[in-house]
Amino acid sequence: MLACHVRNCTKDNFPLAFADVELVVKPAEENLDFLRRFLPKLDWRALVDTARSLGDTALPDDMPATWTDEQLQALHHVLLEIHVEEGKMICRGCGHVYPIQNGIPNMLLAEHEISR
Amino acid sequence: MSRPEELAPPEIFYGDTEARKYTGKWVSIWFFCIMAFEVHGGPQSQQLSALSYPSCLLPATSPISHLSPSRAPADIRSTRVQNIQAQMTDRALELLQLPPGESAFLLDIGCGSGLSGEILDEDGHVWVGVDISPSMLEVALEREVEGDLMLHDIGQGFGFRPGTFDGCISISVLQWLMNADTSTNSPPQRLTRFFTTLHSALKNPSRAVFQFYPNSDDQVQLITQCAQRAGFGGGLVVDYPNSRKARKMYLCLMVGQQEVPKGLDGEEMTSSDKAKKREQIQNERRRRRDSGRDGKKGKKKSSKDLTGKEWVLKKKDLYRTRGKEGVPLDSKYTARKRRVKF
Repeated sequence: MLACHVRNCTKDNFPLAFADVELVVKPAEENLDFLRRFLPKLDWRALVDTARSLGDTALPDDMPATWTDEQLQALHHVLLEIHVEEGKMICRGCGHVYPIQNGIPNMLLAEHEISR
Repeated sequence: MSRPEELAPPEIFYGDTEARKYTGKWVSIWFFCIMAFEVHGGPQSQQLSALSYPSCLLPATSPISHLSPSRAPADIRSTRVQNIQAQMTDRALELLQLPPGESAFLLDIGCGSGLSGEILDEDGHVWVGVDISPSMLEVALEREVEGDLMLHDIGQGFGFRPGTFDGCISISVLQWLMNADTSTNSPPQRLTRFFTTLHSALKNPSRAVFQFYPNSDDQVQLITQCAQRAGFGGGLVVDYPNSRKARKMYLCLMVGQQEVPKGLDGEEMTSSDKAKKREQIQNERRRRRDSGRDGKKGKKKSSKDLTGKEWVLKKKDLYRTRGKEGVPLDSKYTARKRRVKF
């Protein structure tokens, strides 16, 4: 859900690519109704690509028109249970690196990168 | 100094020592200090000077020791401050008016150690927290809060995709945006950036509720002005306006819930409209022609060409757009000559 917000970075700034990741799976309570409402906000292509780059291949290529509970569970696993504990997020457009430490991405920008 | 904003920028004020006070050992002292701030109505409070009292530097065991020994540290954490924080979060949630019974995707701005986030959890919402202080986020990690955390300066704007969040709450944060800590950041600019990016990150329709302690009416005006410019509707909600202690300000902003003026109906413009439009266009052309005739085209008046009064007005305008306080009003007496009178 996060795009690069560096100044003048308007092309190719979504999704941010992960690198050097350390994954942790934390079980979370399932809330399939919430997920159903969340679906229209997702950029499916970006989500599947990101999930694949993190080594999770449970999601289908195209967004299913009707959702079975299993598919929703797979989505739940990808969205809410996989946490990136350490690593980097890299913007494909400008190459800005956002480091992730202890599961907290550092989105701070330097003075010259702040958009007007 | 009565306000923490005046002491240091947030990432430094909520540094390691301050944040450690939120964890078990140091917790009670911090809460006493915060209590003084929250309970005594924030801005007017002089109680924070208690911070400098040497007793505050004692380890937490001393304030704890006079309590009954049966009280566990967890008990001590749930002091009145937490209740006040909880009350404010509850009130903010109430103002958000989310559809009942549904879990929403919320943004918690200035989540700190996740006090407000826990309340969102209790109501079954999924949330993302942003904060500028790494130390506070560390505490949040130790407390194992549910939401995703992010280290982010809200004055730099968000990178969230449009329409991501169903709502946004923030407790006691906005006043931090009013400081110019470095020479390069100006509060109006940071506020504008914050509000515009937030506006796009919220879905339509949705609400954002900010609880904050403004320093003066000018600050309130500046904040609401910036929010309106960013496209938000809504306004201030003041709880208990007559009480000095319990008075709380909530800025309740709305995305797309107001009635917007409708566009003109029908396919064609009516003939009178057309005529008016044509006239406008003609006048526009003449205006351009006239302005092009005198002097060089498209060149701004240099400061040397300005008269004294024009120069003063220009400067005052500049200061106002920069958000400087106390710029005198314009009048017919502005920049008049003071002749010697005999």
